Amino acid sequence: MTFVYAFLFCGTICLIAQLILDNTKLTPGHITSLFVVIGAALDVFGIYDKFVLYAGAGALLPITSFGHLLIHGAMDVAHDIGPLGLALGIFNLTSAGISIALVLSFILALLFKPRD
Amino acid sequence: MVILMNKDKYKKIVDKYTPKEDVIKNALISFFVGGLIGVLGEALLRGYMMWLNIPRKESGILVTLTFITIASVLTAFGVFDVIVSKVKAALFIPITGFAHSMTSAALDYKHEGLVLGIGANIFKLAGTVILYGVVSVYIFGLLRLIVMGG
Repeated sequence: MTFVYAFLFCGTICLIAQLILDNTKLTPGHITSLFVVIGAALDVFGIYDKFVLYAGAGALLPITSFGHLLIHGAMDVAHDIGPLGLALGIFNLTSAGISIALVLSFILALLFKPRD
Repeated sequence: MVILMNKDKYKKIVDKYTPKEDVIKNALISFFVGGLIGVLGEALLRGYMMWLNIPRKESGILVTLTFITIASVLTAFGVFDVIVSKVKAALFIPITGFAHSMTSAALDYKHEGLVLGIGANIFKLAGTVILYGVVSVYIFGLLRLIVMGG
């Protein structure tokens, strides 16, 4: 059943993004920023956790999950040590993705030539 | 001779010649390709859990890293842009779009040097995601700490 939910959730997010892209003047940059904020907002009340529970990787792959992971990392540490935890833990869960993307991009940029 | 043309008339002519994108077709393609990416991710997640014997949370991070790697390599080979032009939102909304924006920025500004080119521009597009993510998390996080006590 998780597979069906994964298909529906990830598909629906992409569908909404495509509709916004086609019907407004917003660029992909605007839409991804908006979705990250929405993901973080949904996680304030633990709603996004429910999506992850039912849709599995279908909820982890869209960019909305970036906001969810940011607030999760921050709140986990804030639980233990108070407000300072927000600052300390914010990148706890996303640092893997960001650092790997940075290192890969750097190496690939050195190896490859840009195409038009 | 000056041809006077009012704005409405001009707009009509422009509208006539700008290619109309098929909104419904685009939306359906995005839905199906996006859905397939979700299913593929879930299958990978279960595969990693089984093969590597790791908990679900770590497996989820590995799945994300796999998609980042695939997107970066495809971008470097110049394939990613071709696929994006066909499936659109289905590839830039998943984490693949984040990886693509970094790799393509690094490639595009390579000619300006290692520091002022790659270094200064690698977050050119991905930076907006991180900026608004972090700012909103500070706001929402503080609100939750104040209102709900954690």
